[in-house]
Amino acid sequence: MHEATVDLLAPDPPAPAGGEGTSTGGLGAQVLHVFIENRLAVVGAAVIVLMLLFCFLGPVFYHTNQTSTQNALLNSTQNSPPSSTNPLGTDQSGFDILGRIMYGGQISLEVGFAAAGIATVVGVLFGAISGFFGGWVDALMMRIVDVLLSVPLLFLVIVLAVIYHPSLKILILVIGFTAWLVPARLVRGETLSLRVREFVQAVRVMGGRGPRIVLRHIIPNTIGTIIVNATFQVADAILLLAALGFVGLGVPAPKTDWGSMLSNGVNYALDGYWWQIYPAGVAIVLVVVAFNFVGDALRDSFEVRLQRR
Amino acid sequence: MIGYLIRRIIQAIVVVFGVTLLVFLLAHIIPGGAARAALGQRATEVQIRDFNRVNGYDLPIWHQFWDYCRGLILHFNLGYSYKRNQGVSSLIQENLPKTLVLVGISTLFAVLVAVPLGVLQVVRRNKPIDYVLTGASFVGYSMPAFLLGELLILYFAVDLGWFSVDAPQANSVWGIVSDPRGLVLPVFSLAAITIASFSRYMRSSMMEAMTQDYVRTARAKGASSRRVLFRHALRNALIPIITLLGLSIPGIVGGALITETVFNFPGMGLLTYRAAIDNDVPLLLGTTFVAALATVAGSLLADIFYAIVDPRVRYA
Repeated sequence: MHEATVDLLAPDPPAPAGGEGTSTGGLGAQVLHVFIENRLAVVGAAVIVLMLLFCFLGPVFYHTNQTSTQNALLNSTQNSPPSSTNPLGTDQSGFDILGRIMYGGQISLEVGFAAAGIATVVGVLFGAISGFFGGWVDALMMRIVDVLLSVPLLFLVIVLAVIYHPSLKILILVIGFTAWLVPARLVRGETLSLRVREFVQAVRVMGGRGPRIVLRHIIPNTIGTIIVNATFQVADAILLLAALGFVGLGVPAPKTDWGSMLSNGVNYALDGYWWQIYPAGVAIVLVVVAFNFVGDALRDSFEVRLQRR
Repeated sequence: MIGYLIRRIIQAIVVVFGVTLLVFLLAHIIPGGAARAALGQRATEVQIRDFNRVNGYDLPIWHQFWDYCRGLILHFNLGYSYKRNQGVSSLIQENLPKTLVLVGISTLFAVLVAVPLGVLQVVRRNKPIDYVLTGASFVGYSMPAFLLGELLILYFAVDLGWFSVDAPQANSVWGIVSDPRGLVLPVFSLAAITIASFSRYMRSSMMEAMTQDYVRTARAKGASSRRVLFRHALRNALIPIITLLGLSIPGIVGGALITETVFNFPGMGLLTYRAAIDNDVPLLLGTTFVAALATVAGSLLADIFYAIVDPRVRYA
């Protein structure tokens, strides 16, 4: 685990005044540098890439039927243990589990990325606007965030999923539009300090207006915070989708996601059908740990202070 | 300090008002409205109009909100569960104390375990035990809560038979506390994820405290490393944990929903799960409202406690 404060005995390297000039090269070079230095981050990134290839390219090489129970049952039986025809066994509907991990993984990853994308865009815009205008606009917008943050996320997501009946699109929207609060707070905090800096005043003097200042000058300067938070958001969205799957509000059958697979599997766990739990469980933990590793390394590189962890 | 407390309490009241408005609005975005939810899809237009008139749903929306707030303040009226033919408040009153017991015990347990773990990792930093615990905490908070619960049941209740599969089903709080065989697994399952994130936070908080000037001063005066660790570093490293505790309440309450469902623990979380399954929106909104109230109260308490504990904080 690479951490800025790990080595207590070594004197702190002299920090450049104002914290500027620590980066060597552009954003890309900076990120690359961290990844080379931090082995766990490399492992995490590799796991993510491999999992994406496995889920999205895997079905090209490994054909299974994952939509019709009848067709699936032509080639297999229900709840059969791992064998040469079904390397990870089959589930209670006769679907091949290896193929289903790929199929469900596509949805888990899609929801993770899409929801994190929505949450990041909404949160960044909301936070930047709130911080930039300040005054009563800021006070009002931040009270909205306070109110939504005080409703436990899982409760809010369940209420919305019940009201709007879950489908893939609704799930992405519900998770995305409930997870934007943390990025909004973080970006707002940075905007408050950025908007009084010289370069923003310079843009103002040159006649740059609000939207231009926010979009071209303030948001790009918070990119470190945004990227780090977005990485954690993907991990959280995948876990949240899994929790929704467990309370029966996951993607409707015959579609599935890792969480729904797991919660179906645990119903049969007492019968000793271990192959219905462990593959999906391992897949979720692996991917979420990988995103957390990458997020941690990125945070160290950008020297971003976040509320969590 | 007094000024800070007053401002903080006013802020909490504003947030509670906002939560009330949010819950009220959520009840109104149900497609078809409350009448459809209560009477079902086959109700006629006339039945719906009657229902709306009797229940005041034909009044202007601000008037409805006013009635809702008044009912809430005067009678703690959270609405009516048509699916269960019972007031939402009375359902919650039955279940809330049990959840408070579960959440309370498991959070206390989590802090008692996480703090020593974090300290141990600092004492043995960059040694095998540090890496093992760091790895374990990463897996801990990357694991779906229900998976952990089910695995605990599988190994410790079914295979080994040490604990019972079901949580205590007693109706009273005392009945639940006096059944440790049933309570151990839910408490541990809910605590595990909190332990994972708290111990990680404790580690970095402790690490930061060790670099402070007062630690160097204590060392220079010849204090033993044990004394430096526990008297000087630990006491200061614990302060941020108070804030973390306040911030973690929504997560813990959400975790209770999953844990109670896994272990069939008869609390608010299980009630919420059943409401979700039954499409019982009034009950769902009621439990959501109470969960949000608990969060606001918890973070208010954490902030007040922080202001008392940390003398450096001078709130003007």
